Amino acid sequence: MGTGRNTTIIRSNYLYDESARIYDHALDLWDGLSQELNYNVMYSKRGVMMLAHNVHDMQSFHRHIHANRLNGVDNQWLTPEEAKAYCPPLSISKNARYPVMGAALQKKGGVARHDSVAWGYARAAAALGVDIIQNCAVTGIKRAADGAVEGIETERGFIATPKVGVSAAGNSSVLMEMAGLRFPLESYPLQALVSEPVKPVFPCVVMSNTVHAYISQSDKGELVIGAGTDQYVSYSQHGALHIIEHTLASICEIFPLFKRMRMLRSWGGVVDVTPDRSPILGKTPVPGLYVNCGWGTGGFKATPGAGHLLAHTIAKDEPHKINAPFTLDRFRTGRLIDEAAAAAVAH
Amino acid sequence: MLLIRCPYCEEERPEVEFSYAGEAHIARPADPSQLNDEQWAEYLFIRTNARGIHYERWCHRHGCARYFNAVRDTVTDKLQMTYKAGEPKPDAIGPSGGDK
Repeated sequence: MGTGRNTTIIRSNYLYDESARIYDHALDLWDGLSQELNYNVMYSKRGVMMLAHNVHDMQSFHRHIHANRLNGVDNQWLTPEEAKAYCPPLSISKNARYPVMGAALQKKGGVARHDSVAWGYARAAAALGVDIIQNCAVTGIKRAADGAVEGIETERGFIATPKVGVSAAGNSSVLMEMAGLRFPLESYPLQALVSEPVKPVFPCVVMSNTVHAYISQSDKGELVIGAGTDQYVSYSQHGALHIIEHTLASICEIFPLFKRMRMLRSWGGVVDVTPDRSPILGKTPVPGLYVNCGWGTGGFKATPGAGHLLAHTIAKDEPHKINAPFTLDRFRTGRLIDEAAAAAVAH
Repeated sequence: MLLIRCPYCEEERPEVEFSYAGEAHIARPADPSQLNDEQWAEYLFIRTNARGIHYERWCHRHGCARYFNAVRDTVTDKLQMTYKAGEPKPDAIGPSGGDK
């Protein structure tokens, strides 16, 4: 689940037009989400800053900023001094192994509380008459002679339905296989960790592709830290310690004042990654089967948008114009939406 | 961290010496110009992504630098065996480790 435990970062500064539309659509929906769900999801537009450490970073970030602004997506360039003013704990020492040469700042980006998002959605859905059945695995997808969906087998019995929407994160390809479909997905463990809680010290979200880490501070006071996935396909829901060591070495490099912070806990989740780092959201070759998958390491930010677009696609039996490009078929036609760079550190 | 036995060095070494190189036994098309778009998509993008027994390639990057294959259970991360590149695909040892 995208709203499971994660590092709660929300931003929309992706490169391509299709991505700008889908992520900015989600960003717009975050704005009114607490009111709509009547539940405070603690969406905080504190800004997401991506650090540039070399000439290549500076060139690609400028390209991103220009592309974003042409698409009406908020993004701006900061000098190292401006970045330091926006985020005082940042070290802009010229003697660093990877000195900060500037940053791209999306002020509308930020964080939300992941638990509140799950609870708020669950309560609002329940109020609309939706049954939520927890701890009940799907064991099969039943199809009629003409290939269309007839229902799903679960651990607690059969549910007859002509329409099924699959939103299963790391296990998406396992479910798709139940309908006889093979997907361009690979599942990897993604780890994150939090520190002991401290008083407010960190005002925004900072990400660095080059030294491999991202960090923010939760409202509880914990530093929330993440980085890349483990390298191999796995459903084990835990990763290796050397990944975390690497992440923390990066954090200490950019924020030397955190060198003596103690880490409280770490965890790993399974994320489904597509070859072009963009989601697959829409219809499948099986009539009545709809899918929302492939968000990889960064699906939380898209939660309200993905939910709206999947619901639209299921209700109308055709995609919304925003998710129309995010088909499974793009891997056959070659019309990929390659966001490997914008997807940041995590792949 | 995984402990991986390199079949060339014949030693069990920590994962940081190795790099993962994706699913194993995916043969490059013998006659690429004969493939249609669907077959290319299959070759380039579609993967087993097995929940259970997985055949995969590793490279002993900081050792002998050679590629070899491994059989691993992706639920437990337990490595069952490694074998040299070019050797036939072996059978996995028993069922996957208690996957549900």
